[in-house]
Amino acid sequence: MEKNEKKCNNKLNILESKLTVLKSEGASSMVALQCAQSVIGYINSDVINMIAKIFGEKPEAIYSVASFYPLFKLQKEGKHIINVCTGTACFVLGAENILKEVEKLLGISDGETTPDGLFSLTTVHCVGCCANAPVMTIDGKVYAKVKAKNVESILSEWGYRQ
Amino acid sequence: MIDLLKIKNKYIQDVDLRKVGGSRQVLICGGSSCQADDSRILYETLKVKEKEIKNFKVVRVGCMGLCSKGPAMIVYPEGVFYEKVSTNDLNTIITEHILNGRIVFSKVYNKDADENIVPLEKMPFFSKQMKVVLKNCGRIDPLNINEYISQDGYFALEKCLKSLTPDEVIDIISKSGLRGRGGAGFPTGKKWMFTKTAVGDTKYVCCNADEGDPGAFMDRAVLEGNPYAVIEAMTIAGYVIGANQGYIYVRAEYPLAVQTLTQAIATAKKVGLLGKNIMGLGLDFDIELRLGGGVFVCGEETALLESVEGRRGEPRPRPPYPANEGLYGKPTLLNNVETYANIPNIILNGAEWYNHIGTDGSKGTKIFSVGGKIANTGLVEVPMGITIKEIVEDICGGVPGGKLKAVQTGGPSGGCIPARYANLPVDYDSLTQIGAMMGSGGMIVLDDKTCMVDIAKYFIGFSVSESCGKCTPCRIGNKRLYEMLDKITKGKGSLEDLDKLKFLCYEVKQNSLCGLGQCSPNPILSTLAHFNDEYVEHVKNKRCPAGVCRALVSYEIDKSKCVGCSLCAKNCPTQAISGEVKKPFVIDQKKCIKCGECYKNCKFNAVKIGGDSK
Repeated sequence: MEKNEKKCNNKLNILESKLTVLKSEGASSMVALQCAQSVIGYINSDVINMIAKIFGEKPEAIYSVASFYPLFKLQKEGKHIINVCTGTACFVLGAENILKEVEKLLGISDGETTPDGLFSLTTVHCVGCCANAPVMTIDGKVYAKVKAKNVESILSEWGYRQ
Repeated sequence: MIDLLKIKNKYIQDVDLRKVGGSRQVLICGGSSCQADDSRILYETLKVKEKEIKNFKVVRVGCMGLCSKGPAMIVYPEGVFYEKVSTNDLNTIITEHILNGRIVFSKVYNKDADENIVPLEKMPFFSKQMKVVLKNCGRIDPLNINEYISQDGYFALEKCLKSLTPDEVIDIISKSGLRGRGGAGFPTGKKWMFTKTAVGDTKYVCCNADEGDPGAFMDRAVLEGNPYAVIEAMTIAGYVIGANQGYIYVRAEYPLAVQTLTQAIATAKKVGLLGKNIMGLGLDFDIELRLGGGVFVCGEETALLESVEGRRGEPRPRPPYPANEGLYGKPTLLNNVETYANIPNIILNGAEWYNHIGTDGSKGTKIFSVGGKIANTGLVEVPMGITIKEIVEDICGGVPGGKLKAVQTGGPSGGCIPARYANLPVDYDSLTQIGAMMGSGGMIVLDDKTCMVDIAKYFIGFSVSESCGKCTPCRIGNKRLYEMLDKITKGKGSLEDLDKLKFLCYEVKQNSLCGLGQCSPNPILSTLAHFNDEYVEHVKNKRCPAGVCRALVSYEIDKSKCVGCSLCAKNCPTQAISGEVKKPFVIDQKKCIKCGECYKNCKFNAVKIGGDSK
């Protein structure tokens, strides 16, 4: 536990120095948030307060930007990120059935994380692999032409147990 | 000072002599679709071999366009296109073809019945295409600026800086008839002129690479396969309007495009084609990337500018237009990726050359990403004025096992073109006339197993989740539209609802602040116009003719047609189908979740759609 805390503080220190550089380069708070997300992994209140302090803005102004863009994660995400593509090509080829199957197996809905912290589920609009539709990705690995009945075995590759 | 001609002469052999030269080269597609199919592993394997084999070169190129045949690679000098290459196939190709010159015909795409290699450009997928913007895509190493220069890259910039005044450049673009490729089709020359004549010391050039339309990936292919074309065009724009700074706003969901652009910008700076005193000709121009945050509305021009400035990407009322008050309140030129990528070609080849391609009102070519119920999913570039039929049937190989019902263009802002308009020329004005739109280039092919009410609901659902919430008609209107469609797809609608639906569509269109709300009802209006029967069938007879809307269908197996192949049972996610092999199978209606997998997978048309199961 102590080790984890140390790691956290260390990351915050790294972020602080990076943000100071960004500020001196005249970067916007959105760029600062993008930097924070890549360093910390998500945007929590500590991060928002830090950006607000360094950039001389109110925390709520930073939060309003962070909450507008779905790519900014306001909560810690699961170990593995599942993206189910619901772009048009995937939709007409049955993406909804895949989503339902993932939701059923993991017991979570779009945007949620499993209680054990193993998986986060998000729907995305088009990952640009329409030739392989319907697709889902786990940590960037693309699964092509997915069928609902194959979802369980795909998830089990990543540690899913019934 | 950089000597373009010298570089061109040196490197042109690498590119153009691939086909006839002595050395063996392999081009491997690095497009997103092929990468998803593990083309990266193939590339790495080949890279190792490159060191072991003499006179052998491997180049990773941008999207070749034929995504459904991926992972794809071309082996020169024979010009053999290998399709769906697995790691095992690759090993065979290396030992047989690359080492011993014996073509592995079983994996060859471009062959005739007698196993002769057919030049790629003569294959049906390529023969009706016309590659202007994509001419380098899939041919050159996208990150190698020298290969870009060898294909006349940067000669347009040099021509502008040395021999054309800004007004002359605008004149060429205006006369070429180029219109914005983002979807709206505003004349590009006019936009450049407005920004040039706008009053202000500081001006900006911006590139809209926030390709958010689901099912569209043209801009991504250009950025990943030919990034310097966009950078060169933006530099030309900087010269013309008098700007020293450019921004490319690109989706963060396109990591490969972001990486490619970052490297390309750095290289261009290093060789003096970007930055201070470009080519020693006195122009200062720099480009920075700005990453998006996953918000669709940021593709709208004023929202994009807000986001580049680092704020919430909410649209501003127009006027003032960006040409007068754009980024940081300064005059700003904002064009789409594909629009920019056209510019160098137009400058080099002249307005008349461009003018000869396309129709009266729509000049040049257009890239479409074709997907959905189609044999050859992929990226095609066609001259404006080509018919829908030519794209769907001749180029993309038609609808596999089904009948073309409609083609959807323009995504959530666009509309459907029903099959009876298959001979309609694809240009801005013809598409608008029938209530569809050109859009940015997403083209989704729909067959008779697609429900048009359901597809309209899908797009409205998209608009609901992507509405930024700033203006009421869009925020609430779209939500109500969604609820009305939901009611209809659940069999709870009435004929009266259809009139209400139409009325609300017009209200939302007329009163929304930005393009998102002004266009979001289009998918409903166009399906109502062309597929009214289907809506009526849903509300009057509580039936979904395509068998999609779950509340309105049940599936049954026709005993006289079922051969007992068990395919349906294998694909059923809830094990609702049972039976003995070679005897008719049965669906347990209690277990059935109506996903339609059995219906889609049956090769004997034995799965029937019944009416309401309740």
